[in-house]
Amino acid sequence: MHKIVSAIFLAENIKKIEIEAPRIAKKRKAGQFVMIRVSETGERIPLTIAGSDPEKGTITIIVQGMGKSTRELNSKEAGESIHDIVGPLGAPSHIEKFGTAVSIGGGLGAAIAYPTAVALKEAGNYVITINGARSKELVILEEEMRAVSDEAYITTDDGSYGFHGFVTQKLQALIDSGRAIDYVLAIGPIPMMRAIAEVTRPYHIKTIVSLNPIMVDGTGMCGGCRVTVDNQIKFACVDGPEFDAHQVDFKNLSDRNKMYLPQERQAVETLTHRCNLQKQL
Amino acid sequence: MDAQSITTKERLAIPRQEMLSQNPEVRSHNFQEVNLGYTKELAQQEALRCLQCKDPACIKGCPVNIKIDQFIKLIAHGDFSGAARKIKEDNVLPAVCGRVCPQEDQCEKMCILTKKYTSVAIGNLERFAADYERETGQVELPQVARATGKKVAVIGSGPAGLSCANDLVQLGHAVTVFEALHELGGVLMYGIPQFRLPKEIVQAEIEGMKTLGVNFVTNAVAGRSITVDELLKEEEFDAVFIGVGAGLPWFMGIPGENLLGVYSANEFLTRVNLMKSYQFPDNDTPVFNCTGKNVAVFGGGNTAMDAVRTARRLGAEHAYIVYRRSEAEMPARIEEVHHAREEGIEFLMLMNPLEFIGNEAQWLTGAKCLRMELGEPDDSGRRRPVPIKDSEFILPIDMAVISIGNGSNPLIKQTTPDIEVSKRDTIVVDINTMATSKDKVYAGGDIVTGGATVILAMGAGRTAAAAIHEKLMGEQKH
Repeated sequence: MHKIVSAIFLAENIKKIEIEAPRIAKKRKAGQFVMIRVSETGERIPLTIAGSDPEKGTITIIVQGMGKSTRELNSKEAGESIHDIVGPLGAPSHIEKFGTAVSIGGGLGAAIAYPTAVALKEAGNYVITINGARSKELVILEEEMRAVSDEAYITTDDGSYGFHGFVTQKLQALIDSGRAIDYVLAIGPIPMMRAIAEVTRPYHIKTIVSLNPIMVDGTGMCGGCRVTVDNQIKFACVDGPEFDAHQVDFKNLSDRNKMYLPQERQAVETLTHRCNLQKQL
Repeated sequence: MDAQSITTKERLAIPRQEMLSQNPEVRSHNFQEVNLGYTKELAQQEALRCLQCKDPACIKGCPVNIKIDQFIKLIAHGDFSGAARKIKEDNVLPAVCGRVCPQEDQCEKMCILTKKYTSVAIGNLERFAADYERETGQVELPQVARATGKKVAVIGSGPAGLSCANDLVQLGHAVTVFEALHELGGVLMYGIPQFRLPKEIVQAEIEGMKTLGVNFVTNAVAGRSITVDELLKEEEFDAVFIGVGAGLPWFMGIPGENLLGVYSANEFLTRVNLMKSYQFPDNDTPVFNCTGKNVAVFGGGNTAMDAVRTARRLGAEHAYIVYRRSEAEMPARIEEVHHAREEGIEFLMLMNPLEFIGNEAQWLTGAKCLRMELGEPDDSGRRRPVPIKDSEFILPIDMAVISIGNGSNPLIKQTTPDIEVSKRDTIVVDINTMATSKDKVYAGGDIVTGGATVILAMGAGRTAAAAIHEKLMGEQKH
């Protein structure tokens, strides 16, 4: 059991949770993830580590309530516990001094892009961050991002804050303005990552994405997280989760992530029904 | 007949006693154990068939050399708990091995009766003794030697790790087992289905080891949560045993393997066994809804049988084994094939998949297969399957499971480069001691041999435990 030290909402439905996990806190590097099982009957879900405090022995995850497991996780408060956490898993981000590095986070992706932005800054890069959300209320980690950035941009789809448009348009604008960009990290929904890959492809800018296929064990045993990269099977849990965006088959990833949609819907309905009943009591 | 006065002729006249089992019609819809075991009477009857050879060949056929003649004699005399204790002198998991060992290729193959009669049902008797001891609450824990002050880390809580840990703790060493998953037992938990090996039995055996003093740490992935070097240097273990098992599954490398509905056997079985997705939505992990669907499992080993019988229990209307050679070449145990057939599994032999075909939404709809015939023997001594020209056809299926074996766990190699590995990335060891090329580090089980059996892994764990003990005690004397 792992105790939750703090749990606060950053935006509607997006919660920042700090959990006791001393071994992981000591070892984790940017880009790595944990597998979490919320309860005894829970599924194992992968979540990227957003940060850690080795002294305190805690790690931070940022969770958006989507399916049953993430909603259950988001309902947890400080003082409660999580059944199982294992990690740090996956290969750490490859960090070096590239020159000018752009770290792009779309929606919850900012939570995952943030630790790598920190590492890129520490490695001596000129760091530009682009933090995109649907609207102003959904922008997360604005101050944290600004603190590690040489230039920080916010984009919103509805124009309620920052640049009016998508992260891809902001990136394109930077490229068009003649900025020399050596490295792009893009993390967010699959269509966003795919679109970023197409923006940078003609300019041959090294572009890395962090993939989120469905996993079961997450430790290199089951093969469920296989993705197609450069026409070869790769396993996101041990070969990734970060891959060269220009070689990833995003269509296949997007299709495979739909495998359990009916069951996910069923699980969420059961959960919602139970919550409603509890409210009535 | 009583065990004192029975003559050899009388022994030979007793037919081999079969275990009771669940009706195939019923069991193909549930996850309860298929075999129901012996009654006391059946067990004693079977035990009387043993001729009590002076130089029992069966023992030589057992990878851990269980004193088979002695434990069978105890059963014949009605001392069932005594029999269980006798087995446990050599085998820490008799209830498991009695169920999943390929006895027909080991002890029972060597039984003197095999030539003219049928062998003594050694496996069934082993299972009976272990179950009797556990179910009657008569489990007697072995003596633990005086503490040596030495610390040993065991990585992996599967058959290799458990047997190694068990021997070492009894010899007085402080043993900590690190397990990557949230449950202990390794392949016994995630791989072998409930209907063949009830998980409660595995957990009971592990509880016994906890009582002996073995310390278990779950959710610790070797190479990620902790490395071999950290165990030796920072955590000051005097030796490390690596029993991490097999790694990532192999795929066939044919088009369409990433379609929705195509699983590796590891994933399919892990979802159902470890994550209990057969109890969805009470357990959160989903699995493909097989009800009324056509499922094909590609492969002919025990894992393939486990997968296809699992799919059948999940409601598959047609559950096929598709294998490129003929039934005679299938590596699965005869008992498993027999059980599968009873449960309505359809065997499509001499058939090789060329491609998986999907619909617009990328869901699997069929497998394009080619019919084969047997040609000349290949390197393995088995007749090589040769394609029959123009025999392509499409087998309509909704779910596929690929069960053609596993590669090696990549994490140890990545994080401990000074451990020598083979071309196949298995760890290289001295087979007499299971010592690796790295000082103080030993390894055994599938990470050394590639995919093999539970009992071979257990044998390797024991060999390593003996070598580790000798090394650590030798150090103490100096």
